[in-house]
Amino acid sequence: MNFRLPLLAAALALACGASNAVTLRVANVGDVQSMDPHSLNETLQLSFTASIYEGLVTRAKDMALAPALATKWTQTSPTVWRFDLRKGVKFHDGTPFTADDVLFTFKRAAADGSDMKGYVAPIKDVRKVNDFTIDIETTMPFPILPDTLTTLGMMSEKWCVENKAERPVDRRKGIENTASFKANGTGPFRLKERQPGTRTVIVRNFNYWDKVESNVDEVVFTPIGNDATRVAALLSGEIDVMEPVPLQDIDRIKASGAFNVLQGPELRTIFLGMDQKRDELLSSSVKGKNPFKDKRVRQAFYQAIDIDAIKSRVMRNAAAPTALMVGPGVRGFMPDMNKRLPYDPEAAKKLLADAGYPNGFEVGMNCPNDRYVNDGPICQAVAANLARIGVKVNLQTETKVSYFPKILSRNTSFYLLGWTPSTVDSHDALLNLMATPTDKGQGQFNLGAYSNPKLDELTQKIQVETDDPKRNAMLREAFKLHQDDIGHIPLHQQALAWSSSKKVSLVQLPSNYMFFKWVVVK
Amino acid sequence: MLAFILRRLAQAVIVMLAVAFIAFMLFQYVGDPVTNLLGQDATPQQRLQLRADLGLDQPFPVQFARFVVNAVQGEFGLSLRQGRKVSALIVERLPAPLELASCAGVIALGLGIPMGVFAALRRGTFLSQAMMTLSLLGVSLPTFLIGILLILLFAVTLKWLPSFGRGEVVALGSWTTGLLTVDGWKHLILPAVTLALFQLALILRLVRSEMLEVLRSDYIRFARARGLPDRIVYFGHALKNTLVPVMTITGLQLGSLIAFAIITEQVFQWPGMGLLFIQAVTFADVPVMAAYLCLISLIFVAINLVVDLLYFAVDPRLRIERAAGAH
Repeated sequence: MNFRLPLLAAALALACGASNAVTLRVANVGDVQSMDPHSLNETLQLSFTASIYEGLVTRAKDMALAPALATKWTQTSPTVWRFDLRKGVKFHDGTPFTADDVLFTFKRAAADGSDMKGYVAPIKDVRKVNDFTIDIETTMPFPILPDTLTTLGMMSEKWCVENKAERPVDRRKGIENTASFKANGTGPFRLKERQPGTRTVIVRNFNYWDKVESNVDEVVFTPIGNDATRVAALLSGEIDVMEPVPLQDIDRIKASGAFNVLQGPELRTIFLGMDQKRDELLSSSVKGKNPFKDKRVRQAFYQAIDIDAIKSRVMRNAAAPTALMVGPGVRGFMPDMNKRLPYDPEAAKKLLADAGYPNGFEVGMNCPNDRYVNDGPICQAVAANLARIGVKVNLQTETKVSYFPKILSRNTSFYLLGWTPSTVDSHDALLNLMATPTDKGQGQFNLGAYSNPKLDELTQKIQVETDDPKRNAMLREAFKLHQDDIGHIPLHQQALAWSSSKKVSLVQLPSNYMFFKWVVVK
Repeated sequence: MLAFILRRLAQAVIVMLAVAFIAFMLFQYVGDPVTNLLGQDATPQQRLQLRADLGLDQPFPVQFARFVVNAVQGEFGLSLRQGRKVSALIVERLPAPLELASCAGVIALGLGIPMGVFAALRRGTFLSQAMMTLSLLGVSLPTFLIGILLILLFAVTLKWLPSFGRGEVVALGSWTTGLLTVDGWKHLILPAVTLALFQLALILRLVRSEMLEVLRSDYIRFARARGLPDRIVYFGHALKNTLVPVMTITGLQLGSLIAFAIITEQVFQWPGMGLLFIQAVTFADVPVMAAYLCLISLIFVAINLVVDLLYFAVDPRLRIERAAGAH
């Protein structure tokens, strides 16, 4: 029996036409939710559709901006950017790509149901200069506009109108949308088959405008939710690439000899936040005052955390400890400022005593358990560390579905969060995580309401500063303020872990995008 | 007979309403889909607006009434996660779990009943002892462990069978089947065996103990005394009478094979409804969860109805009671 089945398999392979087509089989823990590039602002979704739909600009292997559907972009005035469009590009259905499609795409991305509204929000107007030139006017000077447009896939106006997909699917109206399961982009791959939750197949677009490094003819994407099954499928050779690799299996996969594990820091930074606004914490033994308002307490927490132990034990070395709220790869990251305060429980105890808590205190902590890599165990480690300086942490870990509504309504005293600047620029982190919360959306994810007016002022200035050295100097100043205040406690950048058969060479970006155009199969 | 069916149907409606109500109650505490829907960059105003648009801000009775009215028409709205019609999602997902469940059911019954009979008739032999020991393992080992072990052995080590998915499927109208391709069958084996193992062990043990019970009864002794051959005594008289409890259990188990194959589906990435449900739970995708629970309770109610009707067919006493009013 044990020789017959392989034979049978071989016979089948022959029968199925063993042509020379190169197929790449990729598995991920989750499925791509939709084929519509504007329907969901999520990494996996945008990474996959990026092989079908392209933006005006894209990222090179080193994360630098690179031309895609635009060949050149220049700032013609502080609030206007001019983009020269690539000529001779055709959508998969043969329709030529022109300025009208760009105008249409921006309108679509701003429509109801679009999840990409945030990216087009700063845009006041998009004007057609001629068929291959457009001007984008922003409401205020916006030096990083091209950086924010890399993930916005250009769609064909003609195709969308013909397929009644002028707007992204709007879940509120309850009408299905063709663009969710069909696709027509300009990218190096086109959609061949879509079975949600089961498999999605894309094939090479041989009319692509650019040379493609990849020799892959067909990519078969499969979601495999169970970690053990995903690893088994890789080891048994049923898939060629998988992501993410469960941390505990990395050594085993490496040891087998036939597979590579690609690890690199992700752009996402994991950090702890503390309520610094309320006069009395929601859940604490300290009554009548808020211990987190005292910088010494925040510093004591910081120095009590044994980040190296978290890295080696909890994260199995798949993490890069950090002192900044943005990671390497994010524009404005300052390598020389990435130095953590030393781990020192004795100093932490002393700081607590100085602040008036020689015996520590009790505080509640909120933590998700299915959002980030080992998020629950990280919080347990932090709680154990804090116990050593006398702080009793009442830890509550829960699923993201109930966690996020709770902390987004700021019902927390001490919490864990992860953040990837969606613009790959530090300003995004300043604006969302560190600036004082206002009702205009600033500081929306500054859930502990850390506040420093000087930092707010810098945030505003950085947004409109077009001169790079000046901008970097201001970023540096803002980071310094936040570090000195211990506004948050940064922990680490979790590592990305992909694995593939040794036959496959991949390019891993810190944004966790997998561009199939760079995949080569030997 | 008709009155009986009508009475059962009325009960079924009450059960369904209760399930719908409980399901809907639960959803109030499951979590907030709005956060998932809007992503990290949305403003609080956008959140409020979406909540209003989805009708999540209305009072509970209004939300529930609207839900029931739509559900009766088979309309559960759009999946919040996938942006597709829930009814379409369910129809698309129905073939996979049904094929898996029926294969597992055939394995469980086809092996379980003969093995149970054997274990009862050849009590004390080495083979029947071995069967009993193995069946104890089958009842006590958790499904996910069995699944993972099978994958490890047959997919990773021996590389005979695939570890995940349904393989190549053939579409017959809106029904997709993996039963018409070799690849489909190969993909079916491991999950079907995993799913069947517990049921097989259960049926084996049940048939054995029922059979032992029946073999001790008077009519078997009389049958023997009449000089009937063993085969007719065992299979014509004894087995038939062990089947009533077996049917009850099998009916319920068949329901749970379809409904609660969640773990097996998760381990083998079988695109069934359990997987759909799990994904819906982690996203707080209320419409999908509601539809799933209602559909499952419908399946259970239907199966129980069929089982009740089968009693009439198997147990002549029930028919006589009705006809003569006395035994």
